[in-house]
Amino acid sequence: MSFTEAAARERVIGALRAETDTVSDRWVQLQLAQEEMRDIVSESELREEADALLGALLRSLESDIPANRVVATDRPLRQAVIDLSMRRARNGAMPTVTSLAVLSLKEALLEAVQRQTRDSEELFITAVLINRLLDRAGTLSFETFVEGREEIIRRQSRQLLEVSTPVVRLWRQVLAVPLIGTLDTTRTQVVMENLLEAIQEHEALVAIVDITGVPTVDTAVAQHLMQTVNAVRLMGADCVISGIRPSIAQTIAQLGIDLSTILTRTTLADALAAAVKLTDQASAHTSAGAQEKR
Amino acid sequence: MNARPTAGVPILRLGDVLLTGLLNELDDATVVAFTEELTTRITADRARGVLIDISRLEIIDSFVARTLMELTTMARLLGARVIVAGMRPPVAMTLAELGLRLAGVETALNTEHGMAALGWHQSPRPSGEVPDDGTW
Amino acid sequence: MTGLGEFGGTGATGTTTLTGDSAGQVGLPTEPTVLHVRSEQDLLAIRHAVRDATLTVGFSIVDQTRVVTAASELARNAYIHGGGGTIRIEYPTRPGAVGLRLTVDDSGPGIADIDAALTDGYTTGAGLGHGLGGAQRLMDEFEIRTREGGGTTVTATRWADR
Repeated sequence: MSFTEAAARERVIGALRAETDTVSDRWVQLQLAQEEMRDIVSESELREEADALLGALLRSLESDIPANRVVATDRPLRQAVIDLSMRRARNGAMPTVTSLAVLSLKEALLEAVQRQTRDSEELFITAVLINRLLDRAGTLSFETFVEGREEIIRRQSRQLLEVSTPVVRLWRQVLAVPLIGTLDTTRTQVVMENLLEAIQEHEALVAIVDITGVPTVDTAVAQHLMQTVNAVRLMGADCVISGIRPSIAQTIAQLGIDLSTILTRTTLADALAAAVKLTDQASAHTSAGAQEKR
Repeated sequence: MNARPTAGVPILRLGDVLLTGLLNELDDATVVAFTEELTTRITADRARGVLIDISRLEIIDSFVARTLMELTTMARLLGARVIVAGMRPPVAMTLAELGLRLAGVETALNTEHGMAALGWHQSPRPSGEVPDDGTW
Repeated sequence: MTGLGEFGGTGATGTTTLTGDSAGQVGLPTEPTVLHVRSEQDLLAIRHAVRDATLTVGFSIVDQTRVVTAASELARNAYIHGGGGTIRIEYPTRPGAVGLRLTVDDSGPGIADIDAALTDGYTTGAGLGHGLGGAQRLMDEFEIRTREGGGTTVTATRWADR
C-alpha cells in the first residue's frame, strides 16, 4: 500500500485546517435538516458545539495518540462529545438525533477530504480512518445519552418520592404522614427523614403514620413500619399507625408479625383522637409528676 | 447547684435532678469514666431523676447505645429515672436502621421536654410552691 | 486492517476512562487513605477521617451519619475481635454516582459462621451483637471474606447519586 494510515491522518488534518468553517457549517446544516432536530438544539448552540468539537478533534489528531484511542484519551475531545450528547438527552431528544449528530459529522468531514483528493485508494483509507475515529465518538455519545436520561429518571423518581410523602401538621404537637403505594427501603428512608425533621421542627409529641393507601403489608413493609416507629420513639415522640384495614390485619396476624408494641387505629380520625389524648396525658403526667413530689 | 467536670463532662444538680450531656468527641474511655461518675453522683446526691442531653452527638454506635442502656438500668436500681433528650434526626434514623431500639431508655425531644417530664417547669413559681423534698 | 483487532479492546478502555473522568470532575482523591486500628484512640481518629471523607463525596447528613456509624462498628469489630488491623477509605465511581468504600482488614481468628455473625443479637464480645449486621444495613454493598485462622476482610460501599 503506497498510501498509509499516517498519510490519511495528515489528509484529515489538512482538510480540517483548510476548511474548519466549511465543515462546521455543513455539519450544522446537516443536523438542522433532520426533522427530529427541530426545537431540540438551536442553530447557535449547534455552531458552538461544532466549533468546540472540530477544534478539539484537530488538536488531538495533531498529537501522537493512535487514531482508535483519540476519543478515549483526549480529554477536551471527550468532553466535547459528552457535552453534545448530554445537551440532547436533557432537551428530550430522541436517541436517533444523538447518533445522527455524529454520523452527519462523518459526512461533512468526508466531503471536505473529497475536495482535497480524488484518488480512490486515498479516499478509501481516509474514510476508514474517519470511521474508526468517529465510531468511537458515536458509542461514547450514545453511552452519555443513556446516562443523561437515567440521570433525569433518577432525579424525577427522587422528586416523586418527596412529593408522595408529605408530612402534615394535624394538631398542636401532632403530625401525620399519609402513605400511598408500597413501602420499600428507599421510601422508608425518605419518610423517616422528612418525619423526624418535622418532629424536631414542630416539637411534635405524636406522629401518625396512615397506611390507608398502602395496598399490602408483608414482612418487609411491617419491618419498615417498625423501623419508622422506633426512630420516632428515639427522638422522644410517640407513633400511632392508622388505616389498618381488616384484610391487612388478617395478613399481619397470619404472617405472625408482632406489632403489639405499636399503637394502632383503623381510621385517621381515631388516630388523631388517640394522639390528642396522648399529648394531654403528656402534660397531665408532667403536672402529676410535679404534684407527686410536693 | 454545683458543677464538677470529670472526663470533660459537667454534671449539674438541680434539686433532685442531675443534668448532664455528652459531647461529640467521645472515646470509649470517656464513656466509661462518665458512667462511673454519674452513678457515683446519683448515690451521693440522692438524685431521683437524670437528664442526659445528647443533642451534640453526631453518631451513636452500638457501644454508646449499650452504655446508655446500662446507665438507665443502673440508675433505676439506684432509684433514679433517666431521660435521654435531644437525639438528632439522622442519629435516630441510623440507630433504627442498625436495629437498636434502646429498649427501656426513656427519650425526650429536647432538654426542656425532658426536664418537664422529670417534674421541672419553665415558668418561675411563687416561693411557697418550691418543692420541698429535703435536698435543698 | 490492523485496527480491527484493537477495536474491542479500546471499547473497554473507553468505558473505564468514562468513570475515571467522573471522578476527576468532582476532584475526588484517587489515592486511598489507610488508617490503623490498634487502640481506642484510633477509633476516634477513624470516625474523624471517615466523616471528612463523606464530606468530600458530598453525602447528605443522614448518609454521613450512616457511613460514619458503620465505620465505627467495623473498626471496633476489628479492634475487639480481630486484634486490630487497618481500614482503607476509597472513592469508587460508576456512571451517575460516586461512592465511599471502606475496607477493614484484621488478622484475628476469622469468623467461623458468617451468616450467624450477620444475625442481630449475635455476639462473641462486648458489643450489642448488632455490629456486622447493622453495618450491612447502613451500606449499599457489603462483603465479608474470612480465612480460617488468617483474619477477616470486610468491604462496604455506600453510593451517592449525583
